[in-house]
Amino acid sequence: MYVYDEHDRQIAAERVAQFRDQTERALAGELAEEEFLPLRLQNGLYVQRLAPMLRICVPYGMLRSDQLRRLARITRDYDKGYAHFTTRTNIQLNWPNLEDVPDILAELAEVEMHANQTSGNCIRNTTTDQFSGVQADEIADPRPYCEIIRQWSTFHPEFAFLPRKFKVAVNASEQTDRAAIQVHDIGLQLVRNDQGELGFRVHVGGGLGRTPMVAPVIREFLPELDLLTYLEAVLRVYNRYGRRDNKFKARIKILVKALTPEGFAEKVEAEWEHIRTSPTRLTPEAIGKFQGYFTEPAYQTLENATDELSKQRFENREFDKWLTYNVGEHKKPGYACVTLTLKKTGTPPGDVTDYQLEQIAELADQFSFGEVRATHEQNVVLADVRQDQLFELWQRMIPLGFATANLNTLTDVICCPGGDFCALANAKSIPVAEAIQRRFDDLDYLYDLGPIDLNISGCMNACGHHHVGNIGVLGVDKKGEEFYQVSLGGDSHHNATIGKILGPSFARDQMPQVIAKLIDVYVEKRTEEETFLDTYRRVGLEPFKERVYA
Amino acid sequence: MPDVIAADGTIRNDNWVLVARPADGDSLDIPAGQSALIPADLWLAGHEHFAGRDDIGVWFDSHDEPELLAGKVNELPLIAVNFPRFVDGRGYSIARLLRERFGYSGELRAVGDVLLDQLQFMKRCGFDSYVLRADKDITKAARCLNFFSQAYQAATDTDQPLFRRRAS
Ligand code: SF4
Repeated sequence: MYVYDEHDRQIAAERVAQFRDQTERALAGELAEEEFLPLRLQNGLYVQRLAPMLRICVPYGMLRSDQLRRLARITRDYDKGYAHFTTRTNIQLNWPNLEDVPDILAELAEVEMHANQTSGNCIRNTTTDQFSGVQADEIADPRPYCEIIRQWSTFHPEFAFLPRKFKVAVNASEQTDRAAIQVHDIGLQLVRNDQGELGFRVHVGGGLGRTPMVAPVIREFLPELDLLTYLEAVLRVYNRYGRRDNKFKARIKILVKALTPEGFAEKVEAEWEHIRTSPTRLTPEAIGKFQGYFTEPAYQTLENATDELSKQRFENREFDKWLTYNVGEHKKPGYACVTLTLKKTGTPPGDVTDYQLEQIAELADQFSFGEVRATHEQNVVLADVRQDQLFELWQRMIPLGFATANLNTLTDVICCPGGDFCALANAKSIPVAEAIQRRFDDLDYLYDLGPIDLNISGCMNACGHHHVGNIGVLGVDKKGEEFYQVSLGGDSHHNATIGKILGPSFARDQMPQVIAKLIDVYVEKRTEEETFLDTYRRVGLEPFKERVYA
Repeated sequence: MPDVIAADGTIRNDNWVLVARPADGDSLDIPAGQSALIPADLWLAGHEHFAGRDDIGVWFDSHDEPELLAGKVNELPLIAVNFPRFVDGRGYSIARLLRERFGYSGELRAVGDVLLDQLQFMKRCGFDSYVLRADKDITKAARCLNFFSQAYQAATDTDQPLFRRRAS
């Protein structure tokens, strides 16, 4: 994992001092609210419905146990003893005081954390696959590139006031896309060309929100050394020509569409031609240095613990289920990737208490080299667990509420904070998630249904990624009342697809019933092997629509 | 013009005035006896008349294209870039292009909705003078220009990104 050197530490300390100064000037009335707004947003600070909300950056989802412990302490000392994992692998505090934020940032800086650019019209936290570095099929570890992008984009002087927010995601596997890169402003797919050289396929102009779009490819192969100069060219074209007259048309996807992907690519290439050999071009040594931070932990030479696990499985059905659903393969024999689900019914998806954060740190230290990864599905991953320790880990996790074996099932809901916390919301989202989780509380039934992405957003901003849920739910406001629009067929993976709206929206108390009807249609129509998405793709929207509006 | 802040935070005074774009049909109204900044395209249109004068500079608005003056920038004693609203970040790209692409070496001035917390970005993008919005406390400019002692990425102020400085 990346470790700060003296440069990073100095910049982080200077940033804390700067934000302290800005906060003091804001509190003294020297900065008008609209002047302070972008400054505090670029430090992750929103002023929300009930209190300020602070979004702490978790670069590409990686966290160390000392950082988890510090976060736990911060939630106790400055907040109400809990935190929320977001769909962009960041962590939010819901109740800090504005005056305390500089102190919180100072505490974070001590453990090499910050809240830089977690909001505002700037380049946000770069996200990637939560299983980076441990998957057999990845082309290269994406995290060194994510860190390279983090450093390049941090306080970039030219791109601090873009037309709108800007999100980059990197994916490393050709088979799966767990980073949903095609719905990002820039999606980078690691690839090798015919000569075996490493580079990226560059997608630009994807996004959710009011005008959901799947990002077209604007360059098939970008050599790795050219990563930053090319990003700089894309950002410069966007900064100069992106729309600034209408907030809803300001994302880069609108510019790409207006110019056509080909037209946009031409402009980028022309700009890039001027700067591609500038000193911003990466060097093999620099990349090597970043890669040096993401080397393998001290794995032991092990055999797969197949016999032991099958015995444990046989003796314990609950363990068997958990192993099937929440534990994944690892590139090293004898190891496994474990997902801790933060989706226990009755707890808002992604919420953790200070105690739970500390317990995750304990588990990380004992079972996974002291590191964890946050996922965009709002779960936490221990990526390097010995197979012969899985049973013990599982037993430890049960009382902590992390062993709900519902990963990727209907009740592993992605859900934004919604109207309970968020000032922008049209409707609450957490109670909808909970009502659906309560309705579908039979795990065996959930397993029978197979993988289903249910994504819920409280408004068009789509923090809950509703467009790419197999079932998407969007909170809408109808004459001051909260309603929910349902869409079907969204997919955030390699065949990224935006869901289709089912029809008129529903009241909140109808929602569990609506979902149940959709599921019934699937169960009736599916063939042996089909997932919900497969069936939907085969039979289309109509049968679902007929049933729900019958 | 009122007080002007230099890149090191010192404050001086000079007499450049910014001449607004004339309404359609009107002609450019350059005040006599004063150094004047005129819209870049009008300077180009009157190139024969304006070239070589050290009392006539140009200004770009945030939607203007600096490409307009490619090859001619160093005929100018002063170029200003207007920030109509501080959240309009196009001026940063304009500045970098003037400096890094077109090689402008004279004074580059930020005008308009120029606030304290944006000075650091302007400086890094090649602006070396700033006219702060009148209601802001000019005595704080030096501090706000110098919060950071180094940066991660290359820009106009340094062509060495941190990854190259680290390697050495
Ligand atoms: S989707 Fe809307 S309601 Fe939900 S967190 Fe984002 S802005 Fe708030």
